[in-house]
Amino acid sequence: MRKLFKYTEFYIAVVIVILSLIITLLNPRFLTAENIFDLLKSFSVIGIMAVGVLFVLILGGSPDVSFTAIAQVAEYVVVIMTLKWGGNIALAFLVAAAMGLIMGGFNGYLVHFFRVPTIIVTIATYNIYYGLLYVFSKGEVIFRVHPMFRNFANIQIGRFVNQAGNTYGFNLLPLIWILILILGWIILKYTSVGRNIYAVGGNEVAAERVGINVYRTRIFVFSFIGLLSGIAAIVHAAIVQSAIPNIIVGQELNVIAAVFLGGASVFGGGGTIIGTFLGILLIAIMNNGLTLLRISSYWYSVFVGAVIVISISTSAIQRLRQEKAREIIHIDEKEGEKV
Amino acid sequence: MTDFLRVSNISKSFGGVQALDGVHFSIGKGEIHCLVGENGSGKSTLIKVISGNLQPDTGEIWIEGQVHKHLRSIDSINLGIRVIYQDFALFPNLTVKENIAYSQLVEKNQKFLDWKEIENIANTAISKIKIKLDLDEVVGNLSVANQQMVAICRALTSELRLLILDEPTSALTKKEIDQLFVVVKDLQQKGISVMFVSHKLNEVLEIAELITVIRDGQNVATLPREEITNEKLIYLMTGKTITYSRNTKPIDTKHKLFEVQHLNKKNNFKDLSFTLHRGEIYGITGLLGSGRTELALALFGMYPADNGTILIEGKEKSIRSVKEAVRAGIGYVPENRLVQGLVMKKTVAENIVTVIIKQLLGNMNLIDSNQWDASVKHWIDELGIKVAGPDIAVQTLSGGNQQKVVIARWLAAQPKILILDNPTAGIDIAAKSSIHNIIREMAEKGVGIIFISDEIPEVVNNCNRIAIMRNGRLIEEIDTKNITEQQIQKRVEMSDTREKSAQHEKERIFS
Repeated sequence: MRKLFKYTEFYIAVVIVILSLIITLLNPRFLTAENIFDLLKSFSVIGIMAVGVLFVLILGGSPDVSFTAIAQVAEYVVVIMTLKWGGNIALAFLVAAAMGLIMGGFNGYLVHFFRVPTIIVTIATYNIYYGLLYVFSKGEVIFRVHPMFRNFANIQIGRFVNQAGNTYGFNLLPLIWILILILGWIILKYTSVGRNIYAVGGNEVAAERVGINVYRTRIFVFSFIGLLSGIAAIVHAAIVQSAIPNIIVGQELNVIAAVFLGGASVFGGGGTIIGTFLGILLIAIMNNGLTLLRISSYWYSVFVGAVIVISISTSAIQRLRQEKAREIIHIDEKEGEKV
Repeated sequence: MTDFLRVSNISKSFGGVQALDGVHFSIGKGEIHCLVGENGSGKSTLIKVISGNLQPDTGEIWIEGQVHKHLRSIDSINLGIRVIYQDFALFPNLTVKENIAYSQLVEKNQKFLDWKEIENIANTAISKIKIKLDLDEVVGNLSVANQQMVAICRALTSELRLLILDEPTSALTKKEIDQLFVVVKDLQQKGISVMFVSHKLNEVLEIAELITVIRDGQNVATLPREEITNEKLIYLMTGKTITYSRNTKPIDTKHKLFEVQHLNKKNNFKDLSFTLHRGEIYGITGLLGSGRTELALALFGMYPADNGTILIEGKEKSIRSVKEAVRAGIGYVPENRLVQGLVMKKTVAENIVTVIIKQLLGNMNLIDSNQWDASVKHWIDELGIKVAGPDIAVQTLSGGNQQKVVIARWLAAQPKILILDNPTAGIDIAAKSSIHNIIREMAEKGVGIIFISDEIPEVVNNCNRIAIMRNGRLIEEIDTKNITEQQIQKRVEMSDTREKSAQHEKERIFS
């Protein structure tokens, strides 16, 4: 039990529970299965990308900011391709994931060989990927997508009826997110490449000395976030059923913030899947709560910002306290008298 | 005893600088052999050659009777040679068991991890040296000594024949060093050779069977411990005999400059009182962890004391921050100049003027460059800092010159009281004596100096009085007039043995 207090995840979970209680008291609609399902669905896109962001942060603490641009490109291209040539949803996922993998891998290659912080490289590639999309699309919005996206989005598991008599179900889209969370957890905890990510993030020089292939680890991480961005792109297309060339970009900072909120370390080497999930859940609940409490959604950013400041300050206070209490020597009263 | 490793006639140069010049070195099975030499003598280059990280220009490496023309790092590892560098190369964010098992895991190259196996590897290694470590603790939370044990355990996960420890004692307390020695002797019992690289002389004399001294990349001598004394070792390392002259200048005890009364800080030090006079050099000695550095930081306002009184020239002063300390006329040369003292990438000039930058402001509050140049030149000359020009980055200077830059910075601020925390740590002997001269000259000019050092000869010869600290308390104050180094050494060590018996139950590493 005492061990629990050491984990950031525990505190976020507590905040989530308290926040949920407050919202439920004010609007009981919050804690209904329908609302929760809906919430999970609408946050599954950034939830999937957050898993990739977590990997990048563990590797080095410096965030990738280009993943939304990668998703944006993959979404737009696949939507056009499917309109032209048809195909099926599995193929759409495959193509988007492959595109993401290549763009992400290119990021990793640049980061490794230029030895510059990820954020710098990815600001550059963000502009390249997103810029090229704009050049070729001329900013054109596609309102009508191939029906396969709608069909896919409509697949539901179980069928329930709410109080108003309308039916609803558990959507397949958040299930993809959950599967990716589980996949991420297995990679980080039970595979050697996963532990290598932590090792490189903790001490890159030491990682090289024990024989870890740092280059391969890095390429893996960046390809992985690219791949997840591709998957998130298709999930997004299924939800919005359109392709707007500037709709996913712009969210990257919120995703990164949620992952940091979930306990990822700015120095690299730290962060967990559970923390990331809770971080996303927390901002999702804030967003949803504001809607349910009829507070202007303009306040959303302010709340997200405030929560991040609070979470930073609590960990800073913890660290300061540790520093103050650093016991350099033990002064034992009785023992002191003997001398 | 048969040799495990023998290198002969090894030479290596880097762009015209001869780092190693025909060096011989050999170590027998189960032998503890110390390699000593000053900074820049070629110790690290030799380690890199033995570990296969550097290819020598000439020379032969024999391991177990086999000659290796091109010893690569992987060959060296496969032959059972492991180096533990000063930084340990650990992962601070991972647990003890992962850190220990990591090289095994990489070697086995499995896609999936078996946490049971990781635990087994770690337990086997730990049991070999009979220590206690919490397998699930994150390494970053361990003490330096325990981190070192983790590094040793990692070396023990595969066939270990020769363990090379690079400066293993530099961050350890006396008690921790003793524990390390127990472990090293235990390894020796198992037939593992240990090469101990150090420049701390008394420790070398305590543990080594054979001692090899190198200087300027050349062998000077290889001698059994019995034939070596501290003085002889210094002579071999530096080529100079160093004789300290005693500081016999009488102190005018009427001018009380700095009085500390009943200073307390929880968990750091307790009830400290002493008086520093004008022009006095007051030595504070004690083992690492005795509270001496914490006292210095408190007096300088970095980690202020909880309570107690500080008087400067008879007036009570509150010193709760560095700003207040500087305003009160206190300067502080920190123990670790790399971390706390210097901005390594900035120039010598910039480092010297940081504290006095406000005094250099001229018209319109802009920096007066003439005054800047004059002041920088003055201090470079005054302290004899060997540097091609004031605009050279500090990181290119030798340790001794870097230390002079830190001292220059504080002298420029014209302090009344200067606190020096181990000012000669890690610098060569010539630079050391020149720093001693600077300190004495400052005292001559009326500055009161608090000289913290764990090197007894240094404090005995330079200070007017010495205080011995232990476990956060000032236990003894000694006038240096009628006392020998040996007598002081004995008193410091005596306090240490007392501490050992009293703190026995607190020991955490050993079962």
